[in-house]
Amino acid sequence: MRKIETLEMVNISKSFQGKFANQGINLKINSGEILGLLGENGAGKTTLMNILYGLYQPDSGEIKINGKNVRITSPIDSIQQGIGMVHQHFMLIQNHSVIENIALGYYKTPFFFPKIRIHEKVVEFSRKFSFAIEPYKKVWQLSAGEQQRVEIIKALLNGADLLILDEPTSVLTPQEIKELFRILNDMKNEGHMIILISHKLDEIMDICDRVTVLQKGKIAGHADTAGMDKKSLARMMIGRDVLFNVNREPLPKGEQVLKVSNLHVLGDKGISAVKDVSFDVFANEIFGIAGVAGNGQKELAEAITGIRPVRSGTVFAGLKNITNMSPRKIYDHGVSHVPEERIKFGIAPGLFLYDNAILKQHHLKKFSRKMFLEYGRIKNHTRDLVDSYNVAAHSIEVQIRNLSGGNIQKLILGREISEKPSLLVASHPTYGLDVGATEYLREQLLKRRREGGAVLLFSEDLDEIFELCDRIAVMFQGEFTGILDSSDSEKLSDIGLMMAGSVRY
Amino acid sequence: MFKLTVYDRETITPLRSLMTNIGSVVAALFVISIVFLLCGVNPVYAIGKIFAGSFGSMYGFKETVTKAIPLILTGAGLTLAFRAKFWNIGAEGQILMGALMGTWVGLTWGSVLPSFLLIPLMFVAGFLGGALLGLIPAILKIKFSINEVISTLMLNYICAELITMLIVGPWKGNTRFGFPGTNNLSEAALLSVIPGSRIHYGTLMLAIVAVVILSIIVYRTRFGYEVRVIGENSEAGKYAGIDFFRTTLVIMVISGGLAGIAGIGELAGIHHYLGYPASISSGYGFTAIIVAWLAKLNPMYVLVSALFFAGILVGGDAIQISLGLPGATVQIVNGILLVFLIMGDYFLKHRVVVGFSNREHLTK
Repeated sequence: MRKIETLEMVNISKSFQGKFANQGINLKINSGEILGLLGENGAGKTTLMNILYGLYQPDSGEIKINGKNVRITSPIDSIQQGIGMVHQHFMLIQNHSVIENIALGYYKTPFFFPKIRIHEKVVEFSRKFSFAIEPYKKVWQLSAGEQQRVEIIKALLNGADLLILDEPTSVLTPQEIKELFRILNDMKNEGHMIILISHKLDEIMDICDRVTVLQKGKIAGHADTAGMDKKSLARMMIGRDVLFNVNREPLPKGEQVLKVSNLHVLGDKGISAVKDVSFDVFANEIFGIAGVAGNGQKELAEAITGIRPVRSGTVFAGLKNITNMSPRKIYDHGVSHVPEERIKFGIAPGLFLYDNAILKQHHLKKFSRKMFLEYGRIKNHTRDLVDSYNVAAHSIEVQIRNLSGGNIQKLILGREISEKPSLLVASHPTYGLDVGATEYLREQLLKRRREGGAVLLFSEDLDEIFELCDRIAVMFQGEFTGILDSSDSEKLSDIGLMMAGSVRY
Repeated sequence: MFKLTVYDRETITPLRSLMTNIGSVVAALFVISIVFLLCGVNPVYAIGKIFAGSFGSMYGFKETVTKAIPLILTGAGLTLAFRAKFWNIGAEGQILMGALMGTWVGLTWGSVLPSFLLIPLMFVAGFLGGALLGLIPAILKIKFSINEVISTLMLNYICAELITMLIVGPWKGNTRFGFPGTNNLSEAALLSVIPGSRIHYGTLMLAIVAVVILSIIVYRTRFGYEVRVIGENSEAGKYAGIDFFRTTLVIMVISGGLAGIAGIGELAGIHHYLGYPASISSGYGFTAIIVAWLAKLNPMYVLVSALFFAGILVGGDAIQISLGLPGATVQIVNGILLVFLIMGDYFLKHRVVVGFSNREHLTK
């Protein structure tokens, strides 16, 4: 028997520090339906779903299941009501097996011999939805797609009729996405209801029956996907038209600024993460590296910028061999770096804006005399950066942690390109930023290209790669499955297969 | 039902910082009062006695300043280590190592060198002693990832036992009537004091100079900048190309070295010979942890917080004598103060709002 036939959220509001994350939101979903929840980063999608899942309490508003008011004060309540959630970052214990992870999240796990019961259940579910899953593998041995299936089983096992998926495709290859959508469709036909949180228009169009669009915490509209096209959805989402194509004027190839030859790098677990990678980057060029996260991009970027040791092979910046130099020396040789996870690597959160503005440059002559820092010049430089890169901040004397992600990223980018490096290594520079900040940052990268700089761009966002890059390398399991020219549309149509390692050029 | 909501504070004004600290101390005094009540003592009287004993009389105040000297030096050094999130719990051992090196210099050259050479030499030896001891956990941490809390803490015991071994063995003095301890250092090795007190003003001046120089290092120099970056976010430090090994070594040379200087002050200013480790430093290295924390890791504020805790030590002695309370009372007082100061720090960085949940509204 279904616990949920219909679910309604009525007039939900929630604010943080006086700012509305959700304001007067209404939403309805029926059994056998896939509802897309679309919106930019920061539009309030995740907040809304966390309210439904019991992680947050709304300031006002009601949740109705089958027409009756319910109170959901914790995830335990919501699980008992038949709601399951698959978070964007999987809540799995890496060193435990699939079975153990499922047992941990199952509220009816027997005290004695839990694995036997769970094993039956896992087999039953994987047959029902024709999953391929090995119950005794450790989670860290699974691909992202497989881990996601474990999360889905966890939810279904607890009797979830409504499944919430938060950005489920962000870590999957195109092939894995297809498989996920097949599973979701099967579940829909079984009578489950699914809410899919996404900011990717294609996915919403592909799989959802209806879509609810959020913009700045408010409902921007509801629609049936059947009657919509991508353009009008995009307009609904950001309130104006988006440029799907930026004009990237052709430029003559400049001189070689980076040459990587037969590079081998180890990952954190001591396993080879970059295998025999060779490529070069020229001035006036944006060289993109596409691929699903975890295929060695992070290690490659860190090896080039000196954070991670190179095992074998060479890296040349211009004519200078920079292999295994310290990050500071590499920076001094004209290679700067916008790191991925900007908060984790790019800033010292408790220090002031102006301290962070010189994070990699405090040793330069312009900011220090002998051993002393020249705070006068540093502050002037910071004011220039804040002005020229549109960083919104009350003052340069605030802790940088108080800035939004987009403004932090603008400051980092400004810091890294203000010295006009010959090469900028940019790892996921627009990840998690809103459309405005994203457009701005992309424009800055293109400007750098026009000015004669080179950019090595790591991104999981294919739109970004296509929009910006002159040449594109695809990385899979530590190797390049090909380097393509961005004009080679025939081969580029296979990029999904290249990302999955099944096609090589 | 109560609902607690926690927000990060965007800006922290110096006034708020001050008020929070005062609030923490007041709250701590309240809990300390309960301890006194359990001992059967009137808390108002006891707390009044602590401050009267330390700041209320000329004799008490002189003693307070005397005890503040090692706390200033050690506490200032610790602010630097803690700022880089290097948890140096080994200041006690570093003080002792300074005293040990000073004793060695004093005993070896005490009758040969004049005072104006001997005393600087002893200070240098003390600095080196503390610094070298500080280097051990620094190297162990960076090169072998050994937790510095464990290594610094354990080195305290090693140093204490080493001194005990020396004073009952090879260094045992022939003027001590068979009691453990070295002979008194020669006159030339002793620090002069302000008449009528035990304030060895030479060390006090060194301590104040050290505080000023440290403030400049932390807030004005490239090295200080690197220390602050590492402490805030070590990953960002790595990304910025900061040499962790070199930076950590310098931090611990300074932190350990200042503790070593404090050891020389205690040896040559107060005791005049090397005796049992517990008498050379009665826990200054641990009290200095609280001193550094109360100072919010700002070397300048250490001057104030060291004086405050020196006052509590002196006042503690006073209530031991006048109220007959056990010696551990002072440590309880110190411990409670530390706990409340750390809690206060949380409320300084976050805003906690107490409200009533609107669940009723949901279920209506």
